[in-house]
Amino acid sequence: MIAFEGVTKRFGAWTAVDDLSLSVAAGEFRVLIGPSGSGKSTVLRMMNRLIAPDAGTIRVEGEDIARLKPETLRRRMGYVIQSIGLFPHWTVERNIAAVPDLLGWPRARVRDRVTELLTLLNLDAERYRGAFPHELSGGQQQRVGVARALAAEPHILLMDEPFSALDPITRGALQAEMAAIHKATGTTIVFVTHDMDEALTLASRIAILDRGRLVQTGTPLDILTRPADDRVRDLVGREDWGLKRLAVETVAERTRPGETAPGDPLAAGASLRQALAAMVACGTDRLPVADGQGRPMGVLHLADLLRGADRA
Amino acid sequence: MRGALTVLLTDRLILGLLVLAALVLGMPALKPLFAATFPALDRPMYEADGFLALTLDHLALAGGASLIAALLGGAAGIAVTRPFGREFRGVLDAVAAMGQTFPPVAVLAVSVPVLGFGPPPALIALTLYGLLPIVENTVAGLESVPEPVREAARGMGMGPGAMLWRVELPLAAPVILAGVRTAAVVNLGTAAIASTVGAKTLGLPIIVGLNGSNPAYVIQGAVIVAALAVVLDAGFDRLAARLTRWRPGAA
Repeated sequence: MIAFEGVTKRFGAWTAVDDLSLSVAAGEFRVLIGPSGSGKSTVLRMMNRLIAPDAGTIRVEGEDIARLKPETLRRRMGYVIQSIGLFPHWTVERNIAAVPDLLGWPRARVRDRVTELLTLLNLDAERYRGAFPHELSGGQQQRVGVARALAAEPHILLMDEPFSALDPITRGALQAEMAAIHKATGTTIVFVTHDMDEALTLASRIAILDRGRLVQTGTPLDILTRPADDRVRDLVGREDWGLKRLAVETVAERTRPGETAPGDPLAAGASLRQALAAMVACGTDRLPVADGQGRPMGVLHLADLLRGADRA
Repeated sequence: MRGALTVLLTDRLILGLLVLAALVLGMPALKPLFAATFPALDRPMYEADGFLALTLDHLALAGGASLIAALLGGAAGIAVTRPFGREFRGVLDAVAAMGQTFPPVAVLAVSVPVLGFGPPPALIALTLYGLLPIVENTVAGLESVPEPVREAARGMGMGPGAMLWRVELPLAAPVILAGVRTAAVVNLGTAAIASTVGAKTLGLPIIVGLNGSNPAYVIQGAVIVAALAVVLDAGFDRLAARLTRWRPGAA
C-alpha cells in the first residue's frame, strides 16, 4: 500500500530521515513511534507530499507519488493532525464535506455521508451538523476532524499524534472509536504517536524510529517480547512491562474450554490485563469467560495468565 | 406593525438613511429656518448647485477612490503573501506608508499642476490615501489565518486557489473590511477638501461659505457630510457582523 525505498530527508545540516525503507500493507493499522526528533512526523508528512524527500522513492498503491499532482494524492488520503485545524468559519457539516466538495460530489450524497460519519463518531448528527467549531469541546472537534478525514472514503488515513492534546478519558474513547472504525472499514491507517500505550493498544504493527532510522518493526507482542535493543526496552518501559505485556493479548487465547467457574464472566475479547484486574478485584484465581453473544466459553486461570508472560 | 416601526426607528442604518434623504432632498425647505437664524445674510441658502447632485458627486469620488484602493490594495496584499510575491513585501510597505505620510491636501496640491483642476487629481489623491490601511489589513488578515488551518487545508488537497478563496480570504475578511472602512471614512471627509481643486463635492458649500463668511452654507454642507458618515459607519457595522457570524459570541 505504502512503500518507502531508501528515503532521506535533510533540514539544513539535520538529517531527519536517513535512508529509510519501510512498507505498510493494505488494511494495516501501522503506528510510527519514537522520541522527539526521531523523524516519525516527517515520514508521515512525506506520504502525502507535504514534505518532499531529498532522495529515495515513495510509492502509494504502486504509484511513485513524485509523479502525482500533490492535490490529487492528498484527496485520496485522510489527514488528521494534533492541532485539528477545523475551518472556523464553516459549520461542522461543511467542514466534513470539504473533500467531497473539492471532488464535486452531488449535494444529496454529501449530506448523507455527513450524517453517516457523525453517527459513526458518536455525535448527534442533527444537533451538531449546523454548529460552528468554537461551539464544540476539544474531543468533539477532533471527532469532526476524523470525520472530515474519512469523508471521501480514502483508502489511507494519516494521523499525526491526533489525540495527544486531549484529556485521558476523551483520548481513551477516541482510541476505542478508531479501533472500531479500522475494523469496520479496513482502511489502512498510519498513526504517529510518542505514547507506547497508545501504540500497543491500537497497532496491528508498530515501527519504531530513532534519529531518522528504523529500529524495529513488528506486532505489539513482538515489540514487547523481542525488543531489538535497549532503546526499544526503554520505550516499552521497564517498571510496568508486565502489565503492557498482558494488555496486548486477549482472554480468548488463554481460556481453558469446557470448564466452568463461578463469578461474572470475562469477555473473550478483553485483554489479559483487564482479566488480571478483575481477578484482583474479585479475590479469585479463576473466572468464567463468555463469547460475544454471552455464551460460556470456559475458564481463565491465573496460572495460565502468567504462563509465558516473562521476558524472553 | 408596531414591532416593525420600532425596528425602523432603532436601526442606526435605516434611521441614518432616512435622515440623510430628508436633509439632501429637503434642504431648500429649510431656507426660512436659516434666514431666521442668520438674519444678516443676503442669501441664507446655497443654491448654486443642487444638494442631491453634490451628494452624488461626493459619493462617487469617495466611493470610487475607496473601491479602487480596495481592489489595488487587496490585490497587492494578496500578492505579497503568496510565495511568488514575498520579496516585494518590503517595497509595498514602504510605498503604502509613503502614501499615508503626505497629507491629502499636499497630494492634491502636487497633482494639480500635473493633472489640472477637476476630479482626476482628487480621485488619485484619495486612492493613494486609502491604500495603506487596506494593504496593511489585507496582509495582517491573511497572516492571521492559523497555521493548523492552513496545514489541514493543504493536507486535504486544496490547491493555492481553493485555499485563498475558501479559507484565507473568508477568515481574513473581517480584518480586511476594517481596513476598507478606515479608508472609506477618511475618504468621505477628505473628499470635501477636494472642492479646493475643482471637484464638485459637499465641500463646495463649505468652502464657498468659509470664503464668503456665510456660516449657513458651511452648516448646510457639513450636516450632510455628517449624515453620510453615520450611514457609512452603520453600513460597515452591518457588513462586519455578517462576516463574523462564525466567531465565538456572534449571534
